[in-house]
Amino acid sequence: MGERVLMKGNEAIAEAAIAAGCRHFFGYPITPQTEVAAYMSKRMPKVDGVYLQAESEVASINMVLGAGAAGVRVMTSTSSPGVSLMAEGISYIAGSDVPALIINVQRGGPGLGGIQPSQADYFQATKSTGHGDFHMLVFAPSTVQEMVDFVSIAFDLGDKYRMPAMILSDGMLGQMMEPVELPEARNPDNDSKDWAACGHKGKREHNVINSLYIQPQTLEDLVRARYEKYEKIKEEEQRAEEYLTEDAEIIVVAYGASSRVSRSAVDKARKEGIKVGLIRPITLWPFPEKTIAKYVDSAKKFLTVEMSMGQMVDDVRLAVNGKKPVEFYGRTGGMIPAPNEVYNKIVEMKGGVQ
Amino acid sequence: MPVLEKRVTVICGHYGTGKTNLSLNLAIDSAKSGDKVTLIDMDIVNPYFRSADYDKLLSEYGIRVIGPNFANSNLDTPSLPPAIGVAIEEGEKVIIDVGGDDAGATALAVYSRHLSEADPEVLCVVNMYRSLTRTAEDALSVMKEIEQMARIKVTGIVNNSHLKQRTTWEHISESLSFAEDVARMADVPLKFITVPKSVNPLNKIDKIYPVDVYVKAPWE
Repeated sequence: MGERVLMKGNEAIAEAAIAAGCRHFFGYPITPQTEVAAYMSKRMPKVDGVYLQAESEVASINMVLGAGAAGVRVMTSTSSPGVSLMAEGISYIAGSDVPALIINVQRGGPGLGGIQPSQADYFQATKSTGHGDFHMLVFAPSTVQEMVDFVSIAFDLGDKYRMPAMILSDGMLGQMMEPVELPEARNPDNDSKDWAACGHKGKREHNVINSLYIQPQTLEDLVRARYEKYEKIKEEEQRAEEYLTEDAEIIVVAYGASSRVSRSAVDKARKEGIKVGLIRPITLWPFPEKTIAKYVDSAKKFLTVEMSMGQMVDDVRLAVNGKKPVEFYGRTGGMIPAPNEVYNKIVEMKGGVQ
Repeated sequence: MPVLEKRVTVICGHYGTGKTNLSLNLAIDSAKSGDKVTLIDMDIVNPYFRSADYDKLLSEYGIRVIGPNFANSNLDTPSLPPAIGVAIEEGEKVIIDVGGDDAGATALAVYSRHLSEADPEVLCVVNMYRSLTRTAEDALSVMKEIEQMARIKVTGIVNNSHLKQRTTWEHISESLSFAEDVARMADVPLKFITVPKSVNPLNKIDKIYPVDVYVKAPWE
């Protein structure tokens, strides 16, 4: 680890990717993620990498599929409407068992929506990114340092499980600056990808990267095998942070920027003597249901806070499984809840906790 | 506060060096000292963390804010109102908060004629802790790009080196020679060194400007 420097979230993502050995970036500009691409356009030529601005998001994601199929670390970066355009390509990547990193710096939606921060792409990221039965790894950083750390983890786990991974950020995290420590640069072990279509050099059979299967039985077998892998990931890769949860009667569940707001609200409520804690999901898929289940008996109520009309709250309700009430507070359309709004909601809920 | 000798002061520099926070401090302190102040938000490249976000705070000090036509909205359209040219040409004290890098400074070139007549102070803000301007050479080359794109000459350097909430007096001390090197290589004076009011200066140095931190995340 080096010295601390001051970086924007978007810049940190780009530099962390280069440190993790990514030398291929394909993208198309969109606010509020533009700094990722702008930074890559300056840095990639200096490290013998490829920065390519494609003619669209659709083209970008298919270039990502191609580079990933060849076995190199590859990424793209976009914001909400751009992910919708990439949906088809992400499904092809998942259906081809190709690792790739996709950054979503979320903005308000639906449609063209707005350019201010949002968390309304939770469903899209965790449940319905594209057509067909598949998942991708989804990481939710809440600090600029975590942008750096999670990019590295997402690349490693994507390679390990041969699947796409997403960093689900938002405009606020992308644009804000915080001190970070960057890791030492490293070279990924691309050679161990014995499945990659990178030239057989007369020494082995052709590797074929494909998501089209003529026989339905073949496809069912393949999807079932993939879902066995997903079960293993759910078992081993769930991550969450627990904050003041031990004795908490009310547990707030929030990720990313809204977890920062919620933490301030929790701190304020604690000063007033309210027993409240925070569970911050770090992986959104796999969702950290085990962490939530730990507190289903001890906590009396749950509160999910999101910058959306309520999406992750469904997963919290599944994890709580009807045993305790799960309430929701959210702002949407590019609005960020103020710590006081969340605090007031906690106080209101406390009124009902006997 | 540092005395703003010229009627028009331009604040430019690399992305994220703290131009907006400095502009807000200068505008508010200038207004407190009795000046009638107009703050021009000329950032047309980044819709986040901008001077126009602080219009409510600024209006409490009687400061007029002129921003891009669609600042604080969801429209990502770089259009500037004619009031900017008028403000630069005549009247009250003007502080111009320019967008980052040469890309952000491009908009300033539109006003190069107005500006050359106004004979402005052009301050280039440097921060040694920003990842792409860790050396005086890198900071200087960003400054040259800005000068070229904005068709303007920098007249002074502001050392705004900080690590946000982690800033200590040591961080600032360590940045002093960096900023002096930038000023020497640019052949312009180092105008002042900002120090957040929460940081206690442990030894006496000249040109300190104690500043408030206005630009922060909603949960800070």
